[in-house]
Amino acid sequence: MSADATKNATMGTRQESVPASGTGQVLLAGHSVSLAFGSAQILDGVDVEVRSGEILALVGPNGAGKSTLLGVLAGDHEPSSGEVTLRGKPLASCGAKEAARQRGVLMQKQALSFGFLVRDVVMMGRAPWHRSPEAEFDETIVDASIKRADVEHLGSRNFPTLSGGEQARTAFARLLAQDTPVLMLDEPTAALDIHHQEQVLSVVREAADAGAAAVVVLHDLSLAAAYADQICVLAHGEVRAQGRPADVLTAELLSEVYAHPVQVLHHEDQIVIVPVRRPGGSR
Amino acid sequence: MTTVSAGLGLLRERVVGQLATKVGLFVVCGVLLVLVVLLSAGQGAVNVPPSEVIGSVLHKFGLGIGPMPTHPRGDDALWNVRFPRVTMAVLAGAALATAGAVMQGIFGNPLAEPGVVGVSSGAAVAAATVIVFDLDFAGTWTIAVAAFLGGLVTTFLVYLLSREGGRTEVVTLVLTGIALNAMTSAGLAFLLFMANTSAREEIVFWQLGSLNGARWEQVGVVAVLAVVGVAASVAMSRKLDLLALGDRAARHVGVDVEHLRLKAIVVVAMLTAAAVAFCGIIAFVGLVVPHLVRLVIGPGHRLLIPASALGGAVLLVAADLWARTAIVNADLPIGMLTSLVGGPFFFWLIRRARRTAGGWA
Repeated sequence: MSADATKNATMGTRQESVPASGTGQVLLAGHSVSLAFGSAQILDGVDVEVRSGEILALVGPNGAGKSTLLGVLAGDHEPSSGEVTLRGKPLASCGAKEAARQRGVLMQKQALSFGFLVRDVVMMGRAPWHRSPEAEFDETIVDASIKRADVEHLGSRNFPTLSGGEQARTAFARLLAQDTPVLMLDEPTAALDIHHQEQVLSVVREAADAGAAAVVVLHDLSLAAAYADQICVLAHGEVRAQGRPADVLTAELLSEVYAHPVQVLHHEDQIVIVPVRRPGGSR
Repeated sequence: MTTVSAGLGLLRERVVGQLATKVGLFVVCGVLLVLVVLLSAGQGAVNVPPSEVIGSVLHKFGLGIGPMPTHPRGDDALWNVRFPRVTMAVLAGAALATAGAVMQGIFGNPLAEPGVVGVSSGAAVAAATVIVFDLDFAGTWTIAVAAFLGGLVTTFLVYLLSREGGRTEVVTLVLTGIALNAMTSAGLAFLLFMANTSAREEIVFWQLGSLNGARWEQVGVVAVLAVVGVAASVAMSRKLDLLALGDRAARHVGVDVEHLRLKAIVVVAMLTAAAVAFCGIIAFVGLVVPHLVRLVIGPGHRLLIPASALGGAVLLVAADLWARTAIVNADLPIGMLTSLVGGPFFFWLIRRARRTAGGWA
């Protein structure tokens, strides 16, 4: 039993494997979520479902409400109307600790007030499991998470002395250490080089394949196309399209939403999205 | 293979090294505390050597070991004057340093300190009000209760005024402190104006801070507040660590941030009241001690808080010894001394915070 649990722990997710084909159980959902700050309507009747075994990518232009939607789903903002459910239970009725055992959040910007070591920061991800049977695996899970986020060599460094990308990967390791069935990431690749972009999203992919439900805000549409099972295109606080990458990512829709001509190319079974540039450079 | 084992050895060495540093800090502080207490208790108009101080204590507890004080009034001086004073210094120092560590944790800012941001003077205004108007609603506890309420109100004020978007900027915090200190000094000035001569003297004592004339029943009150406050701080230390991530991220890892902060504010007010009630305003202890401790053993609150309590006790007993002996036959106000040393230290911290944060962030 213990050996099995350890194995699962090192895998990072405790769910049974499910086929990644859109049939997974809905773990996190927003139902007609609206949010207004003063007179500004940030979100307007948004419906999203994040399923076990799937990665949902939130894409859209600046100010579309992607990060706000993620914040609402994470419980940071109370929606003006509508409801968020975490594993079928209204999020508003979940305690902070209860929610933290179900979902982990990687924020866009990392902050730390004091000079904790990288390993200590990753260990903070284990906080929700303090005084639970899972706490037995704290060390194992933290070691595995540090490895998966590729920050092994930074283990004894001071977090504030790291570069932006290194901090983002350390925060990603913390998210993995939290070991939750729902993963929420706000632009996890923004500060990362191309190798680590791929690496971080591959790890999210692995977690989803092992049964986790992931929702990721992304700017890079080609990355979204490559890794997501479902894509939700937001614009002006509304869902413009939702579905499989190949169905949603069309030149017509994207050109309209981004107010810039965009072409969708297919290269070796991959969808590549590039803006249309004037010949001879954009100058 | 050899590189792996060498790496492991290095790692082990570092881990053991860290552990040794942590244990070492507690041992060194503990030994220092005992030494400085023995020295301080013996020092004064009636001089009692450390061996006789130990002897007197052992005799009191029914162990007839060690020499009794040879001076005819030695034993009396120890038990009626010195020990209450030294114990008060231990308690107030521990309370102030712990209050500083907790406050820095909830503000996410290493410059937060009860004296600097005006909490101590808020508590002192309330305590002075009790003296001037000769109020008595809780016996020996009256002043302490008033100080606690004054501290609570000011801590909430600082908190409400200086936080923005889940963080406290250095500059906002310091400016809030200036504004609050201005208001509380106006309050103290008014009370000074209202007071009769004896009350006026007592208020001057608040402003300067002193351990002179500490009595056992006062020590009892302070002991309760300080011990409960330090214990509560240690109990919330894990969550204070998580608060370093910022409000939102702390909530994401399961901290009920509002609840924790409310508890922490009450604890800070209680610890500040413990020190202010009978010793007046002693600033900068809560700034200097946690900072030095962080330099040695890192920012983890589980060790930072108890180590700060211990370090604060050492610092204040030593400062008190200095206050009594620096000038022959004069008992300098201890608050003056801590500010004299703490002020420049604060300067240095501000400069450093400014550099590392890349401006006034």
